[in-house]
Amino acid sequence: MRGQGRWATLVIAALVLAVAFPFYRAVAGSLTPEAQLFGGAPLWPDPPVLYHYRALFTERQFWLPIRNSLIVAGATTLFCVTLGSLCAYALARLRFRGKALLLGAILAVSMFPQIAVVSPLFLLLRTLRLINTYPGLVLPYLTFAMPLTVWLLVGYFRQLPAELEEAAMVDGASRFRAFREVIVPLALPGLAATAILTFVYSWNEFLFALSFTLGPERQTVPVAIALFRGQYQVPWGQVLAAAIVATAPVAVLVLAFQRRIVQGLTAGAVKG
Amino acid sequence: MTAPAVLTIIIVALFPLSWTIWESLHLHDLRMPWLGRPFVGLDNYLEVLRDRRFWGSMAHTAWFAAVSVSLELVVGCALALAMNRTFRGRTLVRLSILIPWAIPTVVAALVWRFMFEGLEGWLASDLKAWVPIILSDAWKETPFVALLLLAGLQGIDPSLYEAARIDGASPWRQFRHVTLPLLAPAIMVALIFRTMNAFRVFDLIYVLTGGGPGTATEPISLYTFNSLMQNLRFGYGSTLSVLVFLVTFALALGYIRLLGRGLTETRA
Amino acid sequence: MASVHLDQVWKTYPNGHVAARGVELGIEDGEFMVLVGPSGCGKSTALRMIAGLETPTQGRVMIGERDVTEVPPQERDIAMVFQSYALYPHMTVRDNLGFGLRMRGTPQARIAERVDTAAKALGLAAVLDRKPGQLSGGQRQRVALGRAIVREPMVFLFDEPLSNLDAKLRLETRAELARLHRRLAATMVYVTHDQEEALTLGTRVAVMNEGRVEQVGPPLEVYRRPETRFVATFVGSPAMNLLPADLLPGLRQGAAGTLGIRPHDVTVVAAGAGDRDAVVDVVEPRGSELLLYLRLGAQGEGSEIRVVTPPDLEVAPDRVVGLRFDRARLHFFDPETGRRVD
Repeated sequence: MRGQGRWATLVIAALVLAVAFPFYRAVAGSLTPEAQLFGGAPLWPDPPVLYHYRALFTERQFWLPIRNSLIVAGATTLFCVTLGSLCAYALARLRFRGKALLLGAILAVSMFPQIAVVSPLFLLLRTLRLINTYPGLVLPYLTFAMPLTVWLLVGYFRQLPAELEEAAMVDGASRFRAFREVIVPLALPGLAATAILTFVYSWNEFLFALSFTLGPERQTVPVAIALFRGQYQVPWGQVLAAAIVATAPVAVLVLAFQRRIVQGLTAGAVKG
Repeated sequence: MTAPAVLTIIIVALFPLSWTIWESLHLHDLRMPWLGRPFVGLDNYLEVLRDRRFWGSMAHTAWFAAVSVSLELVVGCALALAMNRTFRGRTLVRLSILIPWAIPTVVAALVWRFMFEGLEGWLASDLKAWVPIILSDAWKETPFVALLLLAGLQGIDPSLYEAARIDGASPWRQFRHVTLPLLAPAIMVALIFRTMNAFRVFDLIYVLTGGGPGTATEPISLYTFNSLMQNLRFGYGSTLSVLVFLVTFALALGYIRLLGRGLTETRA
Repeated sequence: MASVHLDQVWKTYPNGHVAARGVELGIEDGEFMVLVGPSGCGKSTALRMIAGLETPTQGRVMIGERDVTEVPPQERDIAMVFQSYALYPHMTVRDNLGFGLRMRGTPQARIAERVDTAAKALGLAAVLDRKPGQLSGGQRQRVALGRAIVREPMVFLFDEPLSNLDAKLRLETRAELARLHRRLAATMVYVTHDQEEALTLGTRVAVMNEGRVEQVGPPLEVYRRPETRFVATFVGSPAMNLLPADLLPGLRQGAAGTLGIRPHDVTVVAAGAGDRDAVVDVVEPRGSELLLYLRLGAQGEGSEIRVVTPPDLEVAPDRVVGLRFDRARLHFFDPETGRRVD
């Protein structure tokens, strides 16, 4: 059994290397002068340059997509967590007919292939004149974010002992008050994990953002990066610089909340 | 209390889906608005059945799903086993797991494209272009699979291993007869999630190869997208959408039944 | 203070399970009523219906003169001590104690006053600013009690509050509860599966089985005159022996049915000198007494019987002894209905 430890460490080392390598190439590439970027970029630039990063903000106004992503992901998370937690609480605690059906429907909706709803949503948004607007993205995002939130939170609320709300009700609190004063403070870790997951999924979303926005004014980070166009070919220097810039805040978020994220991911999925 | 959320879900999900189904029964080409939007019944579906590009994209998608999910399961399992044993560098490991999951797919795809673009002949080859696609998908998704499996591993009672050791089982035997059967539910869950997501792959291939060279790596969702948003054939595109939905749905049902059976069998 | 009445209450769950079958129970004002029975007998369901946490499918719940069947728990003026205490983990002990009063809009000054009094009485004054996670099991139990006392409700409800305590603490707290009842003279409804707890705490005991109340009465009466076979074997430890009635011929006409006799009411004598002979199977020394397991008949071919004897009795396995049954302590039960026959 002792040899197992060494084998395990090797595998882990391989993992870390495999994850780090593309990042390394990306960072190196973002610091490489334009001329050296084609026909095989060197493993480390000589000399390293910073003008790609500068160009992001001076030439391409990269702060625009960042702003858009923040607003859209933020708004989606806010809606989903507030509305979703109420819904999840009701599903977890209250007994009513058709509950299993509703839960199943919610799960089913989260499994929808997005492509299947793109065209009707597009036409709907066009009629409502919401193409290329913030609501025009947040509303479609609710299709996949809301079911996800409800699903995660239902599992989480079920774990909280029912006796606490019962004690609160016996003590004189209405269901809603019990929810607010007793459940919510206790559920904060779960709510936080769900909020983080929702934010990350919304930030990373591509298909809807691609379909429902028209220009840099409202495009989100993934779309902006994907559509970087150079005069003759893909401006890899800037693309990679943008990739690093896009990854850095995510890395910080993950670093800060890693335990919570892991909890959320495994709680929602491995329920069997 | 449920009303607002449920209402939102109904409006933003069920309604569009029913609309898409309805639309698939019509001829609706936004490039030729003078044709109107006549009801054509199952004509679109018949056309799809005769469409080579459709079958090609289905084949691509199935092939992609099979290969990448198998790869991710095997590597993910190895990773989970390793993570279950090591205690040092927990944070580093967790970061390595989460960052690929956390960054946008398009970013990951672009970085991998960059790495392969410099190399001669990969992205231009019909067959070899699949390598960066599958590698980048595995790079991004294996950590998540490993996480799921790790949670499953941690649920296995360690005294079962001790009992097996006392009974004289080698590490491999222990894996086969203790770990694997008890990990089965987690494996099933990972399988379901990954397969259904692999089937819907879009971002990755759009950015990495654009479905190319030509349409050699085009998955079904990209073909649908092109029909809808590029060719503006809404009727036809909706038909494709419905088919994608049906396949995903069938997969989900199939797996749920398998999962249900698997769970009742592996009650240790 | 108020009386409580369950009037022909039924509770059927959506999955078909019937937890309460026509429960009829009257609890007097100021009484300590214990609901006792095995798991699944419906005692917790009955308690929760008094609390309002479950609604009866049929029947009425009355508190005092008021029909509270449809009234939600927050408006019933009852307090409940849960098995797991259900203390609010994110609040201090002080806030836990005062929560109920705060919900009812009591002015801050009054809350502080009542909380301090209760804390002092329960020995919790030192931990008022701690959170439940930092307290011992016994302290948590007292906070749960305090939360109920502070409310000064019409009825106190207890759902197996002692189950999570170790044996020693359980006995101490049992005495505390008895003292509390005497001091407050409040109506208390207490649920437990432990028949010893029921007999020692209750002014009256209701023995429940499979959703029905089998007998209600003062502890001694339930012990001495069990109304059904179930009550006879559930109350009293070690359990009453049930034997075929034709064991002691001449005692009853139509000797079908079941004869019950408690292990304490059988004396061991020399073989042949008692009502029946038996072979000793297992001897369990219990310090203050011996518990014997015997098989009836000179060859030990009959049913098993348990007998409690003084500790110094000279006896060993496989010995044949005589058993004498105390005629005054025999119980007879109908073979079909299981009810007591006099």
